Amino acid sequence: MSPQEPGHFRRFARMAMAILAVRRLSETEPVPQPELPPRPAESMEAGVDPSERTVPANPRAETLVAVLLAVAGLFGLGFLVTYIFEGLNTQLLGLAVGGMLLLLAAASIIAGKAVVPQETSVEERDALLEPTEVEGVVELVESGGEGVSRRGLLIGCGCLAGAGVLTAAATPLASTGPRLTPIHETPWHRGRRMLDERDQPYRASDIEVGTFYTAFPEGAKWDQVGGPLLLVKLPPTFLELPRQRRAWGTEAQGILAFSKICPHAGCAISLYRYPTFSPDLTGNAQPAFTCPCHYSTFLPGRGGELVFGPAGRDLPQLPVMIDGDGYLRAAGGFDEDVGPSWVNVHRVGE
Amino acid sequence: MAKFVRRRAVRFARWNEQRVGAATGIRWMLRYVFPDHWSFLLGEIALYSFIVLVLTGIYLALFYIPSDSQVVYHGTYAPLLGEHMSEAYRSVVNISLDVPAGLLIRQTHHWAADVFIASILVHFARVLFTSAYRKPRDLNFWIGLTMLMLGILEGFFGYSLVDDLLSGMGLVIAYAVAFSIPGIGAQLAFLVWGGPYPGSGRFLNRLELLHILVLPALIAILITFHIAMIMRQHHSQFPGRGRRERNVVGTPMWPAYALRSIGLLRATSGVLFLLGGLVQINPIWQWGPYHVWLSENGAQPDWYVGWLIGALRLMPNFEPSIGNVTLIPNPFWGGALFPLLCFAVFFAWPWLDRKFTKDHRRHDLLTRPRDRPVHTGLAAAFLSWIFAIYAAGADDRIFYRLHINYTAQIHFWEAAIWVVPILVFFFTRGVCRSLQRSSAHPLREWQGEIVSRRGDGSVETLALSEDRIEKPPSQAPVGTIPGKSTKE
Repeated sequence: MSPQEPGHFRRFARMAMAILAVRRLSETEPVPQPELPPRPAESMEAGVDPSERTVPANPRAETLVAVLLAVAGLFGLGFLVTYIFEGLNTQLLGLAVGGMLLLLAAASIIAGKAVVPQETSVEERDALLEPTEVEGVVELVESGGEGVSRRGLLIGCGCLAGAGVLTAAATPLASTGPRLTPIHETPWHRGRRMLDERDQPYRASDIEVGTFYTAFPEGAKWDQVGGPLLLVKLPPTFLELPRQRRAWGTEAQGILAFSKICPHAGCAISLYRYPTFSPDLTGNAQPAFTCPCHYSTFLPGRGGELVFGPAGRDLPQLPVMIDGDGYLRAAGGFDEDVGPSWVNVHRVGE
Repeated sequence: MAKFVRRRAVRFARWNEQRVGAATGIRWMLRYVFPDHWSFLLGEIALYSFIVLVLTGIYLALFYIPSDSQVVYHGTYAPLLGEHMSEAYRSVVNISLDVPAGLLIRQTHHWAADVFIASILVHFARVLFTSAYRKPRDLNFWIGLTMLMLGILEGFFGYSLVDDLLSGMGLVIAYAVAFSIPGIGAQLAFLVWGGPYPGSGRFLNRLELLHILVLPALIAILITFHIAMIMRQHHSQFPGRGRRERNVVGTPMWPAYALRSIGLLRATSGVLFLLGGLVQINPIWQWGPYHVWLSENGAQPDWYVGWLIGALRLMPNFEPSIGNVTLIPNPFWGGALFPLLCFAVFFAWPWLDRKFTKDHRRHDLLTRPRDRPVHTGLAAAFLSWIFAIYAAGADDRIFYRLHINYTAQIHFWEAAIWVVPILVFFFTRGVCRSLQRSSAHPLREWQGEIVSRRGDGSVETLALSEDRIEKPPSQAPVGTIPGKSTKE
């Protein structure tokens, strides 16, 4: 035991104090507190004693409260009666129970204002900060560590133990979710047929110009972000696909497929403007898909290019082909990841 | 009768005293003084809405089934017959249309949630504008802000449990926002949803656990702390007759205040039940079940998520990326950063206040908004920024009702959200200063204007000195028009 021990000890105690925020308190408010100048906010009449007490004698108010209470009780019974005979009549039930409560409210407010004694009273506030108490607590905490010599070692190992406890406590959370491996997967690959909502495969001849269709993957789960598709047929005048995908427009007689899930926030795109959307407000109208959540707008004729709204990337496109029987099939996978973006999401290169 | 009741009461008090020894505490409670001001009741409305929420929520939990297994509807509501839907959605349709009084309780629960958050917000505004958040109430201010955050989350979870079209559209946006968090977004969303959207079968169980146990328990604990802190420090009060920093003037708890407050509890719940019975809210049978390929733009979420929708819609398509790899997806800005920033500013507000005013003193007297024109202007400007973004979230409804071009509206708001706060700041500051100059002031002894009539019959208004503490001249003019004088 060296004579420096108490110094070390004090430092440790100060750290404990910081944790308790006691130290901060004494920093911002030096103790003992000097007398502050009078506060400008205080009224000139602050010194007056406003205490008063009046005892009302108001038999009429008492009668009124009694009547309100009785009628409220009847409304409560009315609720039961309504429930028995008109149990699905939400309006009557609401009137009965709401009326009961409002009558009770009126009764208690009138009683509080006109039946019971009215009193204005003054209560002193506690000082809250008792400098001697704070010192006392600090000393008490300090005294708990008296005679402990290997403080640094204990604190270090304590931190290690704490980290271990936190890690162990958080670990089971990992089992709540699967691994990220399926994040790039969709059910669409070359050859998969496209179904309508009644489970029937789409034929190329079903798809007409001027409207859009929702298609689902045959033999796969529909309720997944990569599942549903938008199908449209565009006349050649509107087909301005990017160079690498130019063939996707002609391969299936102008029938184009896109992910139905907006790459902004994942809502289903359900508005199709044919061909009334003018991206530059010049009246040069184009067919456009619009998401009803945040109104991101994409041009199918330009391969799903974003022209308005907050989405950060284009609408993913899927190549379409027509098989020998006239059915529509995927001719490959999407050109980029589907669904809302995440860090590292794969987007179409410029 | 009265004698009998008294004897019983005394016997009970004695019984209680011998075991608990609480008479001193009870006596203190009964004499506890509440300052009289209507704006101190806003927080009570939130508390009473919470009570209604808990009671109606327990009832709803008796019927709700948190299951995503697909069933076919064969119930009493003809338009949905034969529809494939989740068991969760079917259970809520049944609560609404088949359980006697079920719809009343469900709609009251929904209205109570809307009123709960609205009253917290208005209460918060009162605290902000009257500078009630200063020491020693900064701690309670932070507790209150935390409850506001939890309340918004809790309300969102509540309408997400229904698994109707509106729920699904809200949840997928929440999923996208979680997904967009840099670094850990996808992992986090997969953990919460149990896999890629719409998630595993356990997701609704998790959501229900959060909605009916974890968040309400947290809010209840915070309410307890909030009230305990108030009782320890007492309410703040506006300056006035007999009111000093170190006292509190008002009505004692027993009997008048208790009766009035019980009256407010009953009035709040009465209005909520009337709303629940008479005013339709979230008719989920009309929205239909949710599937990832369905959406519509007529279903509107609850009011307290409107600011986030506005932010998501207004955010330009800014998505930093390197080559074809995204760095920060777009929903992060409006859906995560924007609300975090707003709350960060509010959490820092008491600290910023101390920083700029250098006032570290304890304050138990409130400051009227007009007496801090710049502070009031800044608070109003910041709130107006949030509300301008909120308003931008209604642009599709404005397009739908008034046929004002949506694209043009977005461009308008892109500028307006920056212009509006500046105008609001100068306007509010000006109003505060002119109120200070021109209208009655309860802090000062005498208010009013001195009007004197000259010999020729014309009337003259005498100007008062700037601080207006001076009394009217002793030789009284012909007539005075007193303002709201606090002098007896």
